[in-house]
Amino acid sequence: MHESVLLRRQTTPALDLGSYLASGGLAGLKKAREIGAAETVRIVTESGLVGRGGAGFPTGRKWDSVRTASDPERYFVLNADESEPGTFKDRVMIDVDPFLVLEGVLIGSFAISATRAYIYVRGEYRREADLLQRCAKELEAAGYLEGLGPEGRALEIEIRHGGGAYICGEETALFRSIEGYRGEPMSKPPFPTVAGLFRKPTAINNVETVANVPDIVTRGASWLRSLGTERSPGIKLYSVSGNVERPGVYELPFGTPLRELLELAGAHDLQAILLGGAAGTFVFPQDFDMPLSYEAAQERHATLGSGALIAFDHETNLWRVAERLGSFFAHESCGQCVPCRVGTRRQHEMLEALADGHGRGSERDLLARLGQVMTDASICGLGQTASTAVRSLLDAEAKGLLAV
Amino acid sequence: MADTFQILIDGHEAIAHEGETILDVLRRQQVETPTLCTHEHLTPAKACRACVVELMGSRALVASCERKAEPGMDVRTDSERVQNARRGVFELLLSQNDVSTAPALAAQAESLGADPGRYRGQRYEKGFFDDNQLYVRDYDKCILCYRCVEACGPDVQNTFALTVAGRGFDAGIAAGFGGALPDSACVFCGNCVAVCPTGALMDRREHNLRAEGRWQEDRYDVVQTTCSYCGVGCQLELHVDRESNEIVKVTSPMDHSITHGFLCVKGRYGYSFVEAGTD
Ligand code: SF4
Ligand code: SF4
Ligand code: FES
Repeated sequence: MHESVLLRRQTTPALDLGSYLASGGLAGLKKAREIGAAETVRIVTESGLVGRGGAGFPTGRKWDSVRTASDPERYFVLNADESEPGTFKDRVMIDVDPFLVLEGVLIGSFAISATRAYIYVRGEYRREADLLQRCAKELEAAGYLEGLGPEGRALEIEIRHGGGAYICGEETALFRSIEGYRGEPMSKPPFPTVAGLFRKPTAINNVETVANVPDIVTRGASWLRSLGTERSPGIKLYSVSGNVERPGVYELPFGTPLRELLELAGAHDLQAILLGGAAGTFVFPQDFDMPLSYEAAQERHATLGSGALIAFDHETNLWRVAERLGSFFAHESCGQCVPCRVGTRRQHEMLEALADGHGRGSERDLLARLGQVMTDASICGLGQTASTAVRSLLDAEAKGLLAV
Repeated sequence: MADTFQILIDGHEAIAHEGETILDVLRRQQVETPTLCTHEHLTPAKACRACVVELMGSRALVASCERKAEPGMDVRTDSERVQNARRGVFELLLSQNDVSTAPALAAQAESLGADPGRYRGQRYEKGFFDDNQLYVRDYDKCILCYRCVEACGPDVQNTFALTVAGRGFDAGIAAGFGGALPDSACVFCGNCVAVCPTGALMDRREHNLRAEGRWQEDRYDVVQTTCSYCGVGCQLELHVDRESNEIVKVTSPMDHSITHGFLCVKGRYGYSFVEAGTD
């Protein structure tokens, strides 16, 4: 049985600085100050920690490029704009251990010598934004932000609220939003580490990612590597919902079989799951033995994404599920590029026809064709993955795996 | 030369200059590349995706109008992926827009073999706005290329009357807070009209003549002159109907060193005094 790390304060959340300190909090920050920024980044790099928001980019490498950038103005951004359908682990993470998340932000900001740290919180997460604000104030009042900024200055933390757009979870659109513009993704390259927020070198990390950092710094890189698999070191949070008895957030080391997670959540006799959120893929019982690791997912052309798992029983019409996903993407497309702006609308129209059972017969071929256009030609990840689930459903249907 | 280097285009070596986009190189090599949103004097909006190319080592296709050439790049324009994506872009636009006044778009769609009936569904219906004396806006024809927004904004006019409002399929160009042009910051320079590739923005006179079935390109001569209003001396092109001797439109050459094709309200629209004595 895996003993919780990220969620260790789940039963008794530390919501004030006193109880956080009493339960061992801020040891990571203390250690980071002792060993210095370069060594902190080295440990994080060595631990093999990669971004938990879905993209899986090595955190240490990100920090190192910002730390060594020539521009003295640089930013740390915490991406708490959790909006992927079926994903709620960052909200729970903040709710049960806001100081752990902030400690990660402090260490990260110190490691890159950030001019300022921005925390961008999903608009609907009002409570979480308030909680982080209050905890940040407590840290500031107790002097913990002193000396973390450039040239020994105090770190400034600014909390920003999202306005309700999924696209603002995309890092470059998130930057535009903070800057006061329409949330529209920009092209990469240049990558945020080179030209991010205000076109300055920026390290942007997901909530769950930074929550790993304090323990990595205190316990060392080998600690994270002692968990999980060789190519996916560490632990992962999963948001489980749908036709299960115990929906919720689960913490497991990488490599745990999918079946074990389903059993923990009380899933019986499923038709399929959607793994990785709206941009993920449908996974059917024949693959339930797959280990939950980046490499195993990739082998099966699936993705762990943000760790969202939605379970469907045999009563569910998966084309209806796909139609809802299609509606989501059409609604959330920023509208900037043709393949996504028009493509997500056409995709949704065809999915509606299929779910309602009055298709013209050409939809399946057209969906596959359109999906390729969106994947290849869209500007950002939204358009590029808006057809992923649909195409996995087309494959499954061809193999006769659908119940309804 | 230090600032030139080689890249590969469809397996052939080509010279690129520092700062050039992939599209610049493609054009010099005479590799035909469809484009809709990019414009020589505007920041690339990389929005239409008509110009995408395959860049070896990059997962998604890249917009050649925006991406700068770098030494050693291996670019493919003739692959199935590229052709499929470009065709897809035009098929999607044809499924939503009225392209009757966008001959360049229609011609590019045809040469790519785009099937206008491939996708069916809701049309783009953003309405026709006839709210001032100088130009009309027919947003059913708009492809959201962002050219007008950029020309009105930081690239040319710095007036910021036009912006994109809404998102997804519902996104559209809005003046001010979605109201009438005269109530917005618009100064009626018509520079948005000058760069609009679809005829969604059209000068009043051209619109009226078209509506009356009297717009006849083959009857118009272009007469070069210099604007008489102020000391800048912008170069004007008067489009004159050689039979009626009527000015039907005023533009400025895009390659002119002073105007770069952009004018002010007087130069572009204040020409009726020329005709005052011709009756
Ligand atoms: S892919 Fe979609 S969300 Fe991304 S830039 Fe294009 S229109 Fe916007
Ligand atoms: S009105 Fe014309 S210039 Fe403006 S976005 Fe639409 S098509 Fe482009
Ligand atoms: S011309 Fe390049 S994206 Fe439009």
